[in-house]
Amino acid sequence: MLAKRVIPCLDINAGRVVKGVKFEDLRDAGDPVEVARRYDAQGADELVFLDITASSDDRPTLFKTVEAVASAIFIPLTVGGGVRTCADVRALLSAGADKVSINTSAVLRPDFVTEASDRYGVQCIVVAIDAKRVSKKNQPPRWEIFTHGGRKATGLDAIEWAALMVQKGAGELLVTSMDRDGTKSGYDNELLRAIADAVPVPLIASGGVGSLEHLEQGLSLGGADAVLAASIFHSGQHTVGEAKQYLTRHGVTVRMPAPLAVTI
Amino acid sequence: MEKIGVIDYGMGNLHSLGKALERVAGNQRVVISYDPEELIECDRLVLPGVGGVKAAMNELRRLELNEMVIEASRKRPLLGICLGMQVLLERSEENGGVAALGLIPGDVVRFVDPPLDAVERLKVPHMGWNRVQQSRPHALWAGVPDESWFYFVHSYHASPVNPEHALGSSDYTHRFAAAVARDNIVGFQFHPEKSQSAGLRLLANFAAWDGDGR
Repeated sequence: MLAKRVIPCLDINAGRVVKGVKFEDLRDAGDPVEVARRYDAQGADELVFLDITASSDDRPTLFKTVEAVASAIFIPLTVGGGVRTCADVRALLSAGADKVSINTSAVLRPDFVTEASDRYGVQCIVVAIDAKRVSKKNQPPRWEIFTHGGRKATGLDAIEWAALMVQKGAGELLVTSMDRDGTKSGYDNELLRAIADAVPVPLIASGGVGSLEHLEQGLSLGGADAVLAASIFHSGQHTVGEAKQYLTRHGVTVRMPAPLAVTI
Repeated sequence: MEKIGVIDYGMGNLHSLGKALERVAGNQRVVISYDPEELIECDRLVLPGVGGVKAAMNELRRLELNEMVIEASRKRPLLGICLGMQVLLERSEENGGVAALGLIPGDVVRFVDPPLDAVERLKVPHMGWNRVQQSRPHALWAGVPDESWFYFVHSYHASPVNPEHALGSSDYTHRFAAAVARDNIVGFQFHPEKSQSAGLRLLANFAAWDGDGR
């Protein structure tokens, strides 16, 4: 049986892991290789690296970081942030990323997703969807796609957009609730469930985790295949191992790596 | 110095696989190449691959690697990974049906969607970590606990004719061949280079394997 995945997300700026609230007040949180090794040892199923470097001329630093991490850990690595062209996708895959996450560029030009997945395979194209609830309290729920860290509305319906992205060649969707991101109040499980029911590809839940219970809810209520979280792991509030033990106790199938008799 | 050759025929990125093999290869050199003459000199060969089977077979033929793989498979350890495992079989139903290398009798077939009223829909590709049940003892399983977790990404799977060629199985709505083996040939549907310590252990076992498949 396929395991549900637990994925720590690392924000990268100028070759360092950083943490902050909503891209502001960034503080250094360590060397990417060391942080990646720590999560790998804790039993992370994948890692997501998000390049939040403001200037696009610092890409070589990102490629070096990806290469160093991919040489040190042997679990899948997804890299996103500023992916605009097939050349960007290729450069990240060549540096050692297993999947590339596309966000704003897909909104600007949906066919970019098709071009990238035709060339490199659907299995390595993740489309990141940032959605915000736009319906009023007593209305049926409706979400729209936002770009620029949740500041810019696009008018696109999130569920229709998710279906379109899969049709265009997304192999996986990373769905972030912009309402919940940074609030520690849990995923928007209604949003997740609506998308999970509408698309046939795996779904990664993101935005709002403040407790281990939230992870479980994203999987059970939200119907996600994987749960992504940042601050509960970075702050040391919980290890990935604790998260997995919690999920196991609540009947979720997760990978519990067996210690091998011989270490490599 | 012994060499492990990784066949680079343009089907997917070999960075992680190269790094993982270097990690476990001991004194052996890891050679990533598309030159059949260089590869045939290697002591062990790895055939990786991500993408579609038609493009894979076309590229193997174009680079004159298909004959080299068949030739090499007669005498030295050969490891196919993911699509590189699927082309070891006779045929794949992907891309409208494609003849493959035929080193292991059987077909490659697509995961079948369960009926629409099924409780849980099947998501294809089968993507993520799944357990592998070891069907029989083999040198490559040494030190790898039965039912270890490995990382998969695929929509098609091997269906070997001879049950003896099934080396391991996984469960994704039904049991399918997650690993195959025949004599000095092994194939993994999952990615050992992405499967943390269990995967590195398998690659280390391959790097030390003499090709005895019993």
